[in-house]
Amino acid sequence: MDFNLALHLGLPETILAVSSLLILVFGAFRGDKGMISVSALCGVALIAAAFAAAFGHQGAAFGGSFIVDGVALFAKVAIYIAAVFIIVLGQGYFDRVGAGRFELPILILLAALGMSLMVSAGDLISLYVGLELQSLALYVLAAFRRDDAKSSEAGLKYFVLGALSSGLLLYGASLVYGFAGSMNFHDIAQSATTNLNVGLIFGLVFVICGLAFKVSAAPFHMWTPDVYEGAPTPIVAFFAGAPKFAAMVLFARVLQTGFAAQADQWRQVVLVLAVLSFVIGALGGLMQKDIKRLLAYSSIANMGYALLAIAAGAVGIPALLIFFVLYMVDTLGLFTVQMALSRKGEPVTRIDSLAGLSKTNMPMTIVLTILCLSVLGMPPFSGFWAKYFVFGAAITSGLWQFAAAGLVASVVAAFYYLRILKLMWFDVPAGDMDKSPLETRWIAYAAAAFSFPVVIVFLVYVYPLAQSAAQGFGS
Amino acid sequence: MTVIAIAFYLLALVTLASGLMVITAKNPVHSVLYLILAFFSSAGLFILLGAEFLAMLLVVVYVGAVAVLFLFVVMMLDVDFVKLRQGFANYLPIGLVVGLVLMGELVAISIAVATKGAAAGNQPLVATAAEPNIKMIGHALYSTYIYLFEAAGFVLLVAMVGAIVLTLRTRPNVKRQDIFSQVTRRRKDAVEIVPVKTGEGISE
Repeated sequence: MDFNLALHLGLPETILAVSSLLILVFGAFRGDKGMISVSALCGVALIAAAFAAAFGHQGAAFGGSFIVDGVALFAKVAIYIAAVFIIVLGQGYFDRVGAGRFELPILILLAALGMSLMVSAGDLISLYVGLELQSLALYVLAAFRRDDAKSSEAGLKYFVLGALSSGLLLYGASLVYGFAGSMNFHDIAQSATTNLNVGLIFGLVFVICGLAFKVSAAPFHMWTPDVYEGAPTPIVAFFAGAPKFAAMVLFARVLQTGFAAQADQWRQVVLVLAVLSFVIGALGGLMQKDIKRLLAYSSIANMGYALLAIAAGAVGIPALLIFFVLYMVDTLGLFTVQMALSRKGEPVTRIDSLAGLSKTNMPMTIVLTILCLSVLGMPPFSGFWAKYFVFGAAITSGLWQFAAAGLVASVVAAFYYLRILKLMWFDVPAGDMDKSPLETRWIAYAAAAFSFPVVIVFLVYVYPLAQSAAQGFGS
Repeated sequence: MTVIAIAFYLLALVTLASGLMVITAKNPVHSVLYLILAFFSSAGLFILLGAEFLAMLLVVVYVGAVAVLFLFVVMMLDVDFVKLRQGFANYLPIGLVVGLVLMGELVAISIAVATKGAAAGNQPLVATAAEPNIKMIGHALYSTYIYLFEAAGFVLLVAMVGAIVLTLRTRPNVKRQDIFSQVTRRRKDAVEIVPVKTGEGISE
């Protein structure tokens, strides 16, 4: 094996790994006072890694356990950029609540490293190691405000249930390995084509269950509302986007590389997960009173749409990539708005507290209006385009019934976004809002601007990129 | 040959006997010490099989880390072991059933391996004097599996950082020794001379 080639392919990961070690030492000497410089360094490392990924070469290394293809590079760039935003938000948030510690940006960096190992996983061991690296960092991040009972609860819940799902995944992986005789996805595909054993399908179902937990698809979604409610908001903004993108790419890779010829077998399972997710996401959100819990159900519903793109097969991959980028910007914007709003120093968590926002904080009202319209799928906004591509892919591959079901679910889900709009614009204000912190304001404006005018330009340039990235995925 | 046979029977006998003592010893500290003896003698069995890397691993990891940890836990926690033993007779039947099932499985696997050989297609590489298995494992770990090895290292790093983040805290009320401030302390910082008038004391 050519080690130089391997390093060349893994340049973004190498940058992240080496810089995380160096920054850790730097942070240990500077202490928590140096958090801002640690954050800045982590941001620089992530941007450097994003550049390395954007201009990276494609290929496979380490005996096929590390795959760098168009989809992996696309996902890596998106994940690194998302992580930079989270570091900026986290720096401001933890500074204000007085729980800032220099490990925070480093853990985000390490989580991003885990995610990029996930999107490049070419065999079962690298799948598991990447997933564990990412999950462990996220468990710690969820419990980061350890003096806060809710944050600790969120961390513990996430950890216990995450360990259970890792167990399911490992059990499935060991069955797949036992019956296919290989860890490598390509070899598994070969073995599954020549001799499709019941044990292999059994293992596949367990692997799907483990991954469905990580992307919080129903019926493995129970942890999501609790964790979202308790964990610190910038961390939740991270949870809702990048890790799910990584897990979804991994999902697609396992199914479309490892079990390419058995699409009929796994499509049923994935479709059931998809339909359950968007139905439960839409109905569960109706009763919520807490903004973050509502967004949790919204993310469950969105995972249903993403799974629909995976079920659509190869045509769904560019749709999946575009869907996730647009979805990540929307959720980042929504959580940022939640961080930007506070009343007498207390963060606004209940939906009722948004009443009359248009009279007290006009810019945030406009931002939130745009983002709500976007996630409910109103035409010129980005959420519409995300769903448009996914449903388009589903219809192309003959899954029009499921696309129709998704459409109905998104109409139901529109209710709770419209309720927020009604509260903001027409109800009586419950009191003055505090001035929003600087970085939350600008990120919220940027997300809203992306959601409408910028998205058109973005799609013109990036959709062809996504299409060419998805070329040859799975083969 | 007979030396190996004698060594095998001696080690196997010690392993079994100390395993038995682990669960029957009255004193929990003795149990842990017997456990260490069991680990040592199974390490000897591995050496007889030519698996010296596994033997080293058993001694370093289990005896060096796990058993010592057990010992600390047993000595530090105030667990009433007499109370724990009280249900012994009640749990005996189910314990016997579980034990028998486990034994049946082990016997079944041993018979299968003895008649059909190990898993087909993946015959273990045999270590030679020139290429001992420590060297072979090291070679595989640092060439074929270097990526996974390093990634696993990062998982452990995250676990360590996480444990520190979640548990290390500076307590405000704990007094620590700060040699610099002790040495630089001047007389005027610590002592104040107050003229006291007779019969009035010090107000304030």
